Amino acid sequence: MIRQPQQQLFRFNGGVTPEYHKDQSTRVPIGVPPAPTELVIPLHQSIGGTPRPIVSVGERVLCGQRIGEADGDVSAAVHASTSGTVVAIEMRQLPHPSGLSSLCVVLQADGHNDWIACSAFDYEQATAQEIRDYLRDSGVVGLGGAVFPSHLKLNAGHQIGIDTLIINGAECEPYITCDDMLMRERATEIVRGVALMRRVLNAKAVCIGIEDNKPQAIAAMQTAVSESKEDFAVTTVPTRYPAGGAKQLIRVITGIEVPHGRRSVEYGVQCFNVATALAIYQAIALGRPLISRIVTVAGNVSNARNFEVLIGTLMKDIVALCDPLADTDRVIMGGPMMGVELASQDVPVVKATNCILLGSQKIFPPAPPEMPCIRCGECAIACPADLQPLELYWFARAKLFGKAQEYHLFDCIECGCCSYVCPSNIPLVDYYRFAKSEIWAREKEKALADEARERFEFRQFRDEREEHEKVARLAARAAAAAEAKAQSAADLAAASAGGDSGGDDATKALIAAALERARQQGGEIAPKNTGHVSAEQLAEIAQIESRRAEIREQAKPQLPPDS
Amino acid sequence: MLRVLAALTPGIAAYAWFFGPGVLIQLGLASLTALLAEALMLKLRDRPIWRSVGDGSALVTAWLIALSFPSTGPWWLVVVATLAAILVAKHLYGGLGQNPFNPAMVGFALMIVAYPLMMSRWPGAGAAMDIGQAGALIFGSHSVDTVTMATPLDTLRTAMHGVETKLSVETFLQSRPDLHAAWKWIAAGYLAGGLWLLQQRIISWHMPTAFLVTLIALAGVSSAIDPSAFNGPLFELISGGAMLAAFFIVTDPVSGCTTPRGKLIFATGVALITWIIRHFGGYPDGIAFAVLLMNVAAPLIDMYTQPKVFGLKDDQGSRHD
Repeated sequence: MIRQPQQQLFRFNGGVTPEYHKDQSTRVPIGVPPAPTELVIPLHQSIGGTPRPIVSVGERVLCGQRIGEADGDVSAAVHASTSGTVVAIEMRQLPHPSGLSSLCVVLQADGHNDWIACSAFDYEQATAQEIRDYLRDSGVVGLGGAVFPSHLKLNAGHQIGIDTLIINGAECEPYITCDDMLMRERATEIVRGVALMRRVLNAKAVCIGIEDNKPQAIAAMQTAVSESKEDFAVTTVPTRYPAGGAKQLIRVITGIEVPHGRRSVEYGVQCFNVATALAIYQAIALGRPLISRIVTVAGNVSNARNFEVLIGTLMKDIVALCDPLADTDRVIMGGPMMGVELASQDVPVVKATNCILLGSQKIFPPAPPEMPCIRCGECAIACPADLQPLELYWFARAKLFGKAQEYHLFDCIECGCCSYVCPSNIPLVDYYRFAKSEIWAREKEKALADEARERFEFRQFRDEREEHEKVARLAARAAAAAEAKAQSAADLAAASAGGDSGGDDATKALIAAALERARQQGGEIAPKNTGHVSAEQLAEIAQIESRRAEIREQAKPQLPPDS
Repeated sequence: MLRVLAALTPGIAAYAWFFGPGVLIQLGLASLTALLAEALMLKLRDRPIWRSVGDGSALVTAWLIALSFPSTGPWWLVVVATLAAILVAKHLYGGLGQNPFNPAMVGFALMIVAYPLMMSRWPGAGAAMDIGQAGALIFGSHSVDTVTMATPLDTLRTAMHGVETKLSVETFLQSRPDLHAAWKWIAAGYLAGGLWLLQQRIISWHMPTAFLVTLIALAGVSSAIDPSAFNGPLFELISGGAMLAAFFIVTDPVSGCTTPRGKLIFATGVALITWIIRHFGGYPDGIAFAVLLMNVAAPLIDMYTQPKVFGLKDDQGSRHD
């Protein structure tokens, strides 16, 4: 076994070391829950567009069959987690803090679990675009919790190559052990997935980062790597929350700090979760889309454990397997630091569900009452983003959102370290979330207002232009009329000089000629009531028109010269 | 806050040992006044009373006032100062966490401007007073003048800047070794408490270090140039409230700076102004004024010393661009 010497590590500022409670759910191997009879598969399970349903009610689907088609490039497909019949496509409650509903495909399982025909994807012959499309259609998203479509991250390095591919096995949140158990039990497959990713990304080096509180996972991964003959480094990183945050792990391993709003690939680094590596392996090597994930059930249960859960299984069915204690009063998706409290357990497990954490008054006692901030600065010491949380709190409370942005509010990763250390028990992250959502709402409002203003301004412009065109048109007509009048006057003079007898005929001829000219010049205007006017009337009209034309000439300089 | 009070006890013990129980009476008076004023203001402001009184912040203010006041001063000196600190400097500005000025220093500054003479009469060391004598001094008429004297700083000041006598520091210290020893022990008590606070991570190293280093440097350089006109570092450190200020007064988080660089600038500024007032100003000790002046500057200092956030540090971008 070739062991690489531990490379030089870097540190990020701040962070906390809470109680981890990880041994609770690592005593028994990953379990397989009994096959559910009904699955509720939300179509929107990743960042980006909501996939469109491509099955209909009553249709029989196979396990792994695509039921939701990716909506655009920033989206990922959704698949049937087992074989059965689609009984409904309707709004169902999602695992979301406010109990949001979204379109779900409800599947009645037939118990056979018939798979679609799976075949490996020949990625070496495929173009970058084909690989992207394949992974998007396999529904592979980041399983660390962010559920960012993985194909978007596997794209960038294909031709140019990147320096370091980082595989995130840090898992820094308390209670959560799904990645730990996955690495212990499926290290070989993870390593194969990493190898695939490396080839797709054309990465120079690969580094698998694991926190040092997971010795068994580290050993399993080291064994798998040395057996695979790959030159991946398995790097032990110090246990300190939030070392598992992508940007923090990149910092620890490479020393690079990726600023807010920039992508790590710009710095030659790409980071994936270990479970995502496994999903990519299954998609490419086995041709199996993402239909299940490992979920930790921990907290206020007597038998905490990890399960490989089909996407769409109801949380309450999984929780029931772990004997929740009677005093359970809440359910959290994710960990105690960053997880979201759910309105009910009657929601499906989705691709983002890494942990179902049950809480009680005993495990998570209610926070003591909020006291005034005394600017002690503990939060600034704990902040891994090097922010001044106390200033942000001040600005968020005062609704000075501009100042909050100036103090880098949006660099906040909402890790919760500040709230954790605050001696005044201020739920700081709640204030930042409030400020962020207010700013988003205002920006949205501003965009709408901008749009309305643009519409208004265009209308104004159009009205002006039309008015101007009308003026120009009338002026042209008047000019023609004036010309005609001048000519007719000259002709009349000539005629009167010639004699009175032919005067009427000459006048009529002149009128006819003038009409003809006017018709030719102002082709688009065909006045209807000017057919049978007398000579006097016509002369009068011409006079009026020429007067008008003069007035318009005077008014003209006020208009823009180019319109 | 309770740990801050605990950290003050070694200094208080030394104080009481050398100068008699007067300081304990003053502490009691200040504490009682502070708690009552705090409760009253919380009630008027419709805030939860017991929870906020229980945070100990009013007691810290009270103790700092009592410790920086002459222990044999009349009772109302401390009471009025405490009322000003709690009612005006703290609650009228919005209560805990909102006050721009250090409340204890507002109380001190008010009284030293209003009653400079009474604020300068300190008990002579070794004049072991029993509680009765101290009580008579504090609550009775101002008759026991024999046991009180000006602070060493005050004496020196008069001596150094007086026209008649030029009294060197050494001469003064030699003339009153008992006083010298007493102030040294009290300073040591505060130092011990302060170091414990540092170890407990209640305060950070920035402020005490910057304050003490600046004071030592200024005293060292100036006394080396002209020993007859300036005090040496040791004298600067043990006299007045230097140690108390270094660990308990400049470290007030609410009215001071919060960024690491800001803390260094803040404490350096306090030490510099203190030293200037001590030697060139009109008051024997300038810590209160120095703290208040720097309190004014704190928000500005904080604004200009914001640390660089993650990913936006100076050395960024060069590695991979």
